[in-house]
Amino acid sequence: MDALILSRLQFAANISFHILFPTITIALGWVLLFFKLRYNATGDTAWMRAYFFWVKVFALSFALGVVSGITMSFQFGTNWPGFMETVGNIAGPLLAYEVLTAFFLEAVFVGIMLFGFRRVSNRIHTLATFLVAFGTTLSAFWILALNSWMQTPAGFEMRDGVAYALDWWAIVFNPSFPYRLVHMLLASGLTVAFLIAGMSSLRYLKGDRSESMWKALRTGVFLGAGLIPLQILAGDMHGLNTLEHQPQKIAAMEANWETRGNVPLVLFAWPDEEARENRFEIAIPNGASLILKHSLDGVVPGLNDYVGEHPPVAPVFWGFRIMVGVGMAMLALSWVTSFFLIRRAQMPKLLAYAYAPMAFSGWVATLAGWYTTEIGRQPWLVTGVLRTEDAVGPVAASHVGFTLAVYVVLYVVLMIVYLSVLTYLALKAAEDGDQSPLPGVEDRALAQPMAGE
Amino acid sequence: MTLDWPFLLPLIFAGLMGLSILIYVILDGFDLGIGILFAMADEQEKDTMIAAIGPFWDANETWLVLSVGLLLVAFPIAHGVILTALYLPVFALLVGLILRGVAFDFRAKVPVHRKHRWDFLFFAGSLTASLAQGYMLGVYVLGLDTGFAAFGFGVLVALCLAASYAAMGAAWLIYKTEGDLQRKAVRFLRSALVFTAVGMVAVSLATPFASPRIFEKWFTWPDMALLSPLPVITGVAFLGLWLLTFRLPAKGDRHALTPFLTLAAIFALGFAGLAYSFYPYVVPDRFTLWEAASATESLGIILVGTAFVLPVMIGASFYVYSVFSGKAGDLRYD
Ligand code: HDD
Ligand code: HEM
Ligand code: HEM
Repeated sequence: MDALILSRLQFAANISFHILFPTITIALGWVLLFFKLRYNATGDTAWMRAYFFWVKVFALSFALGVVSGITMSFQFGTNWPGFMETVGNIAGPLLAYEVLTAFFLEAVFVGIMLFGFRRVSNRIHTLATFLVAFGTTLSAFWILALNSWMQTPAGFEMRDGVAYALDWWAIVFNPSFPYRLVHMLLASGLTVAFLIAGMSSLRYLKGDRSESMWKALRTGVFLGAGLIPLQILAGDMHGLNTLEHQPQKIAAMEANWETRGNVPLVLFAWPDEEARENRFEIAIPNGASLILKHSLDGVVPGLNDYVGEHPPVAPVFWGFRIMVGVGMAMLALSWVTSFFLIRRAQMPKLLAYAYAPMAFSGWVATLAGWYTTEIGRQPWLVTGVLRTEDAVGPVAASHVGFTLAVYVVLYVVLMIVYLSVLTYLALKAAEDGDQSPLPGVEDRALAQPMAGE
Repeated sequence: MTLDWPFLLPLIFAGLMGLSILIYVILDGFDLGIGILFAMADEQEKDTMIAAIGPFWDANETWLVLSVGLLLVAFPIAHGVILTALYLPVFALLVGLILRGVAFDFRAKVPVHRKHRWDFLFFAGSLTASLAQGYMLGVYVLGLDTGFAAFGFGVLVALCLAASYAAMGAAWLIYKTEGDLQRKAVRFLRSALVFTAVGMVAVSLATPFASPRIFEKWFTWPDMALLSPLPVITGVAFLGLWLLTFRLPAKGDRHALTPFLTLAAIFALGFAGLAYSFYPYVVPDRFTLWEAASATESLGIILVGTAFVLPVMIGASFYVYSVFSGKAGDLRYD
């Protein structure tokens, strides 16, 4: 294999590992703030128990997010020097603003959020929690602005093969950015909602009936049930936006070969790029035309208009289907469970069994979504501006291959440890229930709101 | 040479990048150093040592992200050349940082009988990261050379930088701990200082001989006289610190912060010397600041943000250090 393929694999491995953790920390920060505010308002220590349990998950995910992120910031230089040489004038400021505004905010205040509870007033601690949540979200804002610009570049001009910025507003708010930002933030919210509900279900199945378990479970289920319709709506609009700006990507997502009307919605197929047709196709007549053009005979672009210029079809097609499939499963499960929680005030065991393995379903959908998006942009690195193959560095393939192998081993081990520590924490919490030690209740910071009741 | 933006901006960014690297080396220096000293601590002491860096290490490492970020955004060509040339040491650095970052967290959350495993990884990761940084410095000083001599020199600088990080770690422990651990830290500091001195002398001697251009800069009259305070002050600081270690811990814990501040000053002086040697190059003898810089408009945009954000963030860092000032107890999520 040559350095290009290996570099792509390495980049994909690193960013895939990295994104798993931001997806958790972005929304979990806000959920922790919610727990904290509920506690401040009610003085009910169950909220604080939920906080202390989930803040540990946050700390672990945050640490993994930071160390894998540091790897990412070196990857541009080590693997894609051509990227910065061509579009550095645009990517540079966006990355710089991410470091300056978001990373410092998170990194400085996460210390107080995690370890400062007894050292600062309750109000400052709540503020620190807010600033960390805000920082992670801001970080998503900047990096997605850059990523969206790579998908749908705007506000620049090329001089001698180098991109120069013309209009920063147009660069940041490029055509696909609002959709991608909303879709990703919702994805983070859903991931966390299902993580919380899933791990709480595990505790429930282990016999834990503590108040803090119930509070977390309800938060997770209702949050998921509330966000998933919004996500489906946002995803639909995102797709329409992509149809306008990257039609070849939509053609690959739908595995549609000919540009025509009355295009069916392919549910299952094996796209065959050699023969340029789908095998084993199962499809709903007129479905794709209806979804994309909102009319039965709407014309949908086909891959044959872009021969040699379109992304590999199968991964894009399947990535999209996995994401949407998980989304539908999320919709069904969270709504049924909400019904039981609200109407019957109980959690049927069967649903708990269904929820526990869904704890990491958000990760699956998020990765599938990113693979759709990123592979769908190929062969371009920056659509219409820079091809991926032109950005690779002069590093020997053997070096790239060796480091890739080590990264992969490292990531697999870390993933196993991460998952087993989370399970261990959940089982321990299930054992302790409401008897779990509640650090610092006698403390001034915590006593304040209670005294004020 | 006219003083216009295309001239000034690369200069300003080189200054910012240098500042950011220096702050990183001092701040992450002490927490990497504490990781290295882990090898010589018992269970109880390890918990205290972790507590002495717990709330800070993340913010400390952010200075590395900022340094690389500034290199990336302000001097994209240099970023590509340097990082591809240092591909493997960068990789070792990253693996080291990953291991120690996660070990830090995992050690507190895994079942007790698995804890020592993560303590070892915390040590190994810290050591790897420090060695990798030293090696990179060594190779960079020799102009990104790849020969056998460069390799040997890189190894030497790697060992010495690791030792000087250990010295920083020990100095931080003197400030943050008391009792036995504090006395132990004083002994650590004394031995680590020797290696630090060796390393600084080695780099100072090698730099002018690696490049005739730098030799010229240092050994022509009158520059030589103007520069002489740099090594002299550094030498005096070393000596003073060495003597101080025989009187620590002092009554009433006086001078507890002095070793750390002195070391920071020594780092700053050494760094100033390096900066002087390499100016105006970012990649020694290949690209000057101006040849490698991004477009002026892009640098301007970043500068505006930096001017607002950096002071605020430095202030916030001081606030966090003050919240967690005083001797380290045990670190708890509350
Ligand atoms: C949608 C969100 C998102 C995406 C697509 C990325 N990141 Fe990230 N990143 C975050 C969201 C995030 C975060 C939520 O802000 C993290 C996770 C944990 C944390 O501390 O911050 C983070 C951490 C993080 C750090 C460590 C920051 C620190 O020291 O505190 C670096 C250097 C990067 N990232 C760099 C990157 C690069 C170069 C990316 C793309 C190629 C990237 N991230 C994609
Ligand atoms: C966060 C989730 C992300 C995931 C899971 C992801 C995944 C991927 C994958 C799988 C590829 C390989 C496509 C291929 O080569 O066929 C890729 C390419 C790429 N992506 Fe992303 N990406 C993400 C975000 C980003 C962001 C935020 C950026 C930059 C700001 C980015 C920059 C790139 C670059 C430079 C490439 C080209 C290298 C390559 O083709 O491998 N990605 N990404
Ligand atoms: C069920 C209905 C859904 C629809 C119709 C939908 C639609 C889309 C589309 C069209 C894209 C590609 C955008 C592009 O690159 O042009 C995308 C990407 C993505 N999807 Fe979904 N999606 C759905 C559900 C989900 C769910 C449940 C999650 C995660 C919990 C998710 C996470 C993502 C992510 C992370 C990306 C990549 C980032 C981006 O481009 O926005 N999606 N989605």
